[in-house]
Amino acid sequence: MEAVDKKKAAAFWGLFALIFALVPAAGNDYYLTIANRILVWGMFAVAFNMLFGVTGMLSFGQALFSGLGGYGVGMTVKYLGKAWFLPGLGLGVIAAALVAYLLGYLIIRAGGVFFTILTLAFGQLAWQITFRWYNVTGGDDGIQGLVPPGILSNRVVYYYFCLVLVLGSIWFLRRLADSPQGLVLRCVRQNPSRVRFLGRRVRRNQRRVYLISSVFAALAGGLMAGIDSSIHTNMLNWTTSGQVILMSVLGGIHQFFGPFIGAGVIMIIEDVVGARTEYWSLIIGLVMMTMVLAFPRGLVGEFALLKARLKWRALERAERS
Amino acid sequence: MEPILRLENVSKAFGGLKVTDGVSFSVMPAEISAIIGPNGAGKTTLFNQITGALRPDSGRIVFQGQDITGLDTQEIVALGMGRAFQITSIFPEETVLNNVRVACLSREGLTRQPLKGVGSFKSSTEKAMSVLESLGLAGQAARPAFELAHGDQKLLDIGVALALNPKMLLLDEPTAGMSPDERALTRELVVKLWREFNLTMIFIEHDMDTVFGIAQKVRVLQQGRLLAEGTPDEIRANPQVVTAYLGEEL
Repeated sequence: MEAVDKKKAAAFWGLFALIFALVPAAGNDYYLTIANRILVWGMFAVAFNMLFGVTGMLSFGQALFSGLGGYGVGMTVKYLGKAWFLPGLGLGVIAAALVAYLLGYLIIRAGGVFFTILTLAFGQLAWQITFRWYNVTGGDDGIQGLVPPGILSNRVVYYYFCLVLVLGSIWFLRRLADSPQGLVLRCVRQNPSRVRFLGRRVRRNQRRVYLISSVFAALAGGLMAGIDSSIHTNMLNWTTSGQVILMSVLGGIHQFFGPFIGAGVIMIIEDVVGARTEYWSLIIGLVMMTMVLAFPRGLVGEFALLKARLKWRALERAERS
Repeated sequence: MEPILRLENVSKAFGGLKVTDGVSFSVMPAEISAIIGPNGAGKTTLFNQITGALRPDSGRIVFQGQDITGLDTQEIVALGMGRAFQITSIFPEETVLNNVRVACLSREGLTRQPLKGVGSFKSSTEKAMSVLESLGLAGQAARPAFELAHGDQKLLDIGVALALNPKMLLLDEPTAGMSPDERALTRELVVKLWREFNLTMIFIEHDMDTVFGIAQKVRVLQQGRLLAEGTPDEIRANPQVVTAYLGEEL
């Protein structure tokens, strides 16, 4: 049984990697950019969902961390030169880890909706700072011309660079979700007061996952800077935080890959519909409304349910005959 | 012999209401005892104070020679205090196995492991399965906990506590909401677990067949105060208890 599961998992990862690895073969820059965005946003959403779907902490401020990642790259390149792209990426991630560590102590005392409001408040605070502090951050103009150095300046090479980092990150998060630590996080969502009676500290576990989720958000933000060759204050605005929530809900928050699929669908709607009409966000609104009202488990969740039902029916039929 | 648990003058008030009023008693190791009393007598509140979910306003609680007054729940649990709940407290979406396994992993200090799958920790899984077997739940190990019947969920709740290898187990109304048949079975099971796991056990119970059937000692709480303490026979013969609580039931 376990061996079959392992083979299935290996096949899944192989297929997943293969599909994305083949995109550059199309030789189309436009597809390459979309695929790269799906990868990076997908990772961001999956990491966000470790907080939300797994641990039950709705952060409305993950833009703070993706923004730190983006500005880590942007500011180091702006002030130190483009050779500093990769150290800047690392710097953004480290800065995010530090901020998440400190902020975690401050805001995880508050539970439920108060936690959500506080994450939103700190996110907007960071957005205002980057927005107003024009001399340092470039304010509303953002920072342009963020081309990675050397061989990474090739778009295809940069794509593979992102692919490897994203696959590695998602692989890590998947392992985390299946591990004892992941089990405890799910228990924290389902029944925090009982977790204390397991001899575990609820808040410590919440701070840990907040830190992990934020680090990957920063990595996503940093990689995004390279995809767009620029950064902008919008990266820090609440709409970015909202975007990962939408992606997760659309794909299904109780499925590990739900948020990734959600990210893919939203990116594609944005691009395909956005190319035809400026009202693309209306379409996203309608899609979200339909999903939440009719398919609350999300795309992957509903699909999993359907599969389970069909299997059950087949079993029933086999029993009868 | 030293008592395993000692309460000294424990008091707690909510506003003006004294829910625990100078309660003192000692529990000897390997004892199985009951706490009885009318609704609102402060039974569950007392459990909450022993397990650190509530802090007493005054008094001392000593567990295995260590003062645990004011410690956090996690710390008290780590010292070997287990508790099952009146209102079933499990992890509903996890499988029955995972409910118990997470406790085993916690006891072995493995809950920070971020990379290896839950199933790769063989000793935790084996321990969890053996606990489920003791409870008669092994056949349902793979089901999500919310699918279990009410009585089985109560047993699972006890299983989560047992998996931590507690020295002392507090059960809050283990037979509440059960049919008379289920009660009889649960009663037998509680005694079996008490022996099998070498526990000191205190249970809160309203069902007098259970109380007088299995407790070696009975403590009666009334309005936050310890009204009486003794063997089942002594409690039955105590005129104060009879007028205050038991009435014609005996």
